[in-house]
Amino acid sequence: MNVMGLMNYWAFIFLMMVGFYILISQGNLVKKIVGLNVFQTSVFILYISMGKIRGGTAPILTEGDPIYSNPLPHVLILTAIVVGVATTALGLSLVVRIHEAYGTVEEDDIHDLDLAVAGGEDQSFPVSGMDARA
Amino acid sequence: MEDRLILRVGAKILIPFILMFALYVQFHGDYGPGGGFQAGLIFASAFILYALIFGLDTAKRVLPLGFVWFCGALGVWIFAGVGVVTLVMGGEFLNYDVLAHEPEHGQELGILLVELGVLTTVFGVMVAMFYAFAGRRQVR
Amino acid sequence: MTAHLPVLQVIIPLLAAPLCALARRGRIAWGIALATSWTTFWIAIQLLARVRSEGPISYALGGWAAPVGIEYRIDLLSAFVLVIVTGIGAVVTPYALKSVEREIEAAKIPLFYAAFVLCLTGLLGITVTGDVFNVFVFLEISSLSAYALIGLGQDRRALTAAFQYLIMGSIGATFIVIGIGMMYVMTGSLNMADLSVLLAELGPNRTIVVAFGFLTVGISLKLALFPLHLWLPNAYTYAPSTVTAFIAATATKVAVYMLLRFFFTIFGVVFSFDVMQLDRVLLPLALIAIVTMSLVAIFQTNVKRMLAYSSVAQIGYMILGISLASVTGLTGGILHLFNHALIKGSLFMAMGCVMYRVGSVEIDAMRGLGKKMPWTMAAFVAGGLSLIGVPLTVGFISKWYLILGALERGWWPVAALILAASLMAVVYIWRVVEVAYFQEGPGEDSSIVEAPLALLIPTWVLVFANFYFGIDATFTTEVAGAAARSLMGLVP
Repeated sequence: MNVMGLMNYWAFIFLMMVGFYILISQGNLVKKIVGLNVFQTSVFILYISMGKIRGGTAPILTEGDPIYSNPLPHVLILTAIVVGVATTALGLSLVVRIHEAYGTVEEDDIHDLDLAVAGGEDQSFPVSGMDARA
Repeated sequence: MEDRLILRVGAKILIPFILMFALYVQFHGDYGPGGGFQAGLIFASAFILYALIFGLDTAKRVLPLGFVWFCGALGVWIFAGVGVVTLVMGGEFLNYDVLAHEPEHGQELGILLVELGVLTTVFGVMVAMFYAFAGRRQVR
Repeated sequence: MTAHLPVLQVIIPLLAAPLCALARRGRIAWGIALATSWTTFWIAIQLLARVRSEGPISYALGGWAAPVGIEYRIDLLSAFVLVIVTGIGAVVTPYALKSVEREIEAAKIPLFYAAFVLCLTGLLGITVTGDVFNVFVFLEISSLSAYALIGLGQDRRALTAAFQYLIMGSIGATFIVIGIGMMYVMTGSLNMADLSVLLAELGPNRTIVVAFGFLTVGISLKLALFPLHLWLPNAYTYAPSTVTAFIAATATKVAVYMLLRFFFTIFGVVFSFDVMQLDRVLLPLALIAIVTMSLVAIFQTNVKRMLAYSSVAQIGYMILGISLASVTGLTGGILHLFNHALIKGSLFMAMGCVMYRVGSVEIDAMRGLGKKMPWTMAAFVAGGLSLIGVPLTVGFISKWYLILGALERGWWPVAALILAASLMAVVYIWRVVEVAYFQEGPGEDSSIVEAPLALLIPTWVLVFANFYFGIDATFTTEVAGAAARSLMGLVP
């Protein structure tokens, strides 16, 4: 087991930590989504690496009996990519609406705005301009 | 961007090829890398390019929002519909063997239909997402 | 067609979701959702009956046999959870009609039902499937629709709550995928039954240990185990009433089901509890959750938030039952899964009635409601009694088993803590009761009258179930006991 032979797995760990760090440290909601994306992408590398065989080709029936990579992890990760796309789209759409409702996408500012509504709990801010009791 | 001649002409030249390539990825998925998801994305990207160049309103005339939504829903129905048909024909859910006289043909037909469903949904959802995000600022 | 019930359980709501989205009017979408939820409930009951008489059902998707293809496998535990989820769905959907019309813009109502039905699809999918990657896919279907549903809340804080849930939920899901990937690397299988055999052959192994860690953290995030519960209070507080009732009663329950599946079925009791000593982690966390979260609940001024903190505490009870790793403890945990769904369902639905008439669920807004909305507040009190664990209610049954399980182990301090936390529940339920019954309302506001029957009937159905299964608990204890025995690896 040489270290360089595990390059992909090092990349996985590095990306995972980078993404996770961005996710935790950044107060900007858009940057959080970016971090989440990096974090999820790292898992794609993990899965794709585990299916790869050195010298293997795509798993398509051809003449002879070539060595081919395991297609299952790739298919699995295609599903995870779809999930990632959906998560990103939903996250960004929430960010857009948060921006419309608060006028900022900074977590600290949002927190302050929520606190500024002193005793905050009993007042509500309808997002849609629709009266709650209409 | 109506006055950018190069962009407009370039886009008009590219779009048919993008659409063709999407169909190639879809139908060549049996013999090479490809499939419904990728094809759907490429198919959607053609219309997104169109919307970028010619404006959202023009794009919505070409591809109304209602139709895009309908595509998104239709794809799920194609996919699950194939499954239900296999159920009715006596197989398990998505057991394509029963779709044709020979199991191999059934498998080929089944996977093609399912991928077509995936293409339709992915195309619809992607364009709908683009419309939703791009149209947001105009409302305000 | 009965042979295909396992897959129809998932496919029917999946087919209904796009129909809801395309429906022009909210009422049509509601009709579709109602038909779907009742059909799925009927299927779940059929499945439970079949599992009880014939044993576990296995269904090979696409005709591909088990280790290669995706298998849907329904045993007693999953059939039980299916009944819980679909049952709550069947009660909440009729309730949704009026509540949603009041709280959500008309244009968004069809989409609301689409997301609602999709969420149901995901939750049912997690429960029926016997394939670990499938669990992830369905988990994300249910979670993504849950984020969207929560984001539909009236208050702008619903958006930040949904965003926070999205971030934490996605981290949890990604951790679960990493864990699944590591198991796949070591065994080359994704089928649960196959994995349990292969993992047992493999023996303790560093990769598997890491996979175990990732899965534990990931699932704990999804089920809001104590230090990872931060997303839950806001999400429950600001979501629309219907969504809170549905999610509180089902989503965390299904996450607990996942925990049971992974730790008992796949990794096995021996690996989870003897090798990894999971109980040493779960037990303290469960106890901290029970005590601190009950304490926090006492100081809340928003009743929905109070109930949300109480939910975290109740999840602690379930985890406590699991960490006892004995048949009695597990029976208690699984029973509490069922019972807590009934309790929190009825409490949050009562709060939805208050929201409908009063427009607020602040504790101050409930002054004098005991006279103005007698049936709603009576439902709240009944649900509260059940939450406390008064005899003849379901809350009593599960706490009884948990205390028995703790005493069996000789852990009498744990039993004492369960009782102490029940007293705290008395305190926070009493705060609402006091305000509602013993304080005068602010002047005569004639607009506040009893909630409409469309809301009251579903609420009272759940309240009634609280008492029915509290008085005659033979059915639930029998099923939970048998499920616990089979999880522990004993022949039922």
